[in-house]
Amino acid sequence: MKHLNEDELVLRYYGEGDDAAVKQHLEACEACRANLESLARVLDAMDGLEAPVPLENYGSRVWQRIAPQLAQTRDRWWMGWLVPRRLVAAAAMAALLIGAFLAGRVSQRRQMAGLSAPVRERIMMVAVGEHLDRSQMILVELVNNESKGPVDISEEQRRAEDLIGENRLYRQAALKSGDRAVSSVLDELERVLLEVAHSPSKLDSAEFEQVRQRIESQGILFKIRVVSSNLRERKVPPQGKASTAL
Amino acid sequence: MEQSDAGAVAQVRAGNSDAYRVLVERHSHSVFRLAFRMTGNEHDAEDLVQETFLRAYRQIGRFDGRASFGTWLYRIAANCSLDFIRSRQRRREQQTPVDEQGQELETAVAAGDPTPDRLAFSGELKQLLAPALESLSPMERTAFVLRHYEGVCIEEIGKALGVHSGAAKHSVFRAVQKLRKALEPAVSAAKS
Repeated sequence: MKHLNEDELVLRYYGEGDDAAVKQHLEACEACRANLESLARVLDAMDGLEAPVPLENYGSRVWQRIAPQLAQTRDRWWMGWLVPRRLVAAAAMAALLIGAFLAGRVSQRRQMAGLSAPVRERIMMVAVGEHLDRSQMILVELVNNESKGPVDISEEQRRAEDLIGENRLYRQAALKSGDRAVSSVLDELERVLLEVAHSPSKLDSAEFEQVRQRIESQGILFKIRVVSSNLRERKVPPQGKASTAL
Repeated sequence: MEQSDAGAVAQVRAGNSDAYRVLVERHSHSVFRLAFRMTGNEHDAEDLVQETFLRAYRQIGRFDGRASFGTWLYRIAANCSLDFIRSRQRRREQQTPVDEQGQELETAVAAGDPTPDRLAFSGELKQLLAPALESLSPMERTAFVLRHYEGVCIEEIGKALGVHSGAAKHSVFRAVQKLRKALEPAVSAAKS
């Protein structure tokens, strides 16, 4: 007779895998019953590992400790954008941003004066989208760099420096239009770009890991993707007519 | 009237972070209990409780309401714990060569070689249990604690930790096998 193996006994002990054959075997086999009892004694004995009971007001103490950190993240919080009502608001704010940006750029206004508002808006969305794509590319390269030894980030720094001025312009336009959500993402991006630009060009593995973790912990890549996705949705022309024209 | 979890979550998602207090106060004890069993000490458990609630707050936009908030939070706590014990293990491996760690465990188990008349059994088992749990891999420990102490079924463990249920099952089996090997002599001696 083939005896039950330990895995089958473990499942039996935890009441999983309600196998009739196992049950039947246990009824008939004294050796397996003894083995199961032995296993159960060990596992039952482990129940003695009691977690200490926290103080009565433990929940309040946890709240006191984390509340200041929640307040810090609240101002640059992206998650509210995932609420459908706010997605609409975010799209509207993106339009305001672009409008404000256009209004602030006198030289470009001259060049674009002959264009209709929707065309101007689309051009700006392309510009902002490209800016975000370029920024994202640098950050992704840094995050995915798996070099073990010292890392030379001088090339990424040069590109980050190029983007800082452009980013500042977009951020100011967003602020001017009162769009805190968009400006805060650009604000965060600016700080990350500055950090990259002002780090030493050659980092040892521990220093590089710190930079990488700071990028990851701020979730900036995800936020950029959310904004880019909103912009792309607005860039897509209405479907149907274009297809029938072909 | 007491606010429901779902109502508090909706308020938090609408931008009212103060509503999160209800959820923190309601679920802190259960998260602490899980964290303590995962880490084996109060200090680390308290850190993990905070980390769990902060992570949940950041991710609350992804909470889809299919499971209860408590279940969703529990999954986050399990993953925070898993990350924590993985990093703790990495730190220890950097400080102590693996073979020395193995020897440490053997010494701890041997030193507690069971003689029922020598020490109170429960105290002795506790002494053996801590190093035995420490000898498990992070995944084995997490899966075992969820199955044994929290009563989570293997399929749910797999979902919570983002692995196939076969992998979760294997982790539970390996954990039980190692723990049995370490503790059975003490338990048998106490019985005789």
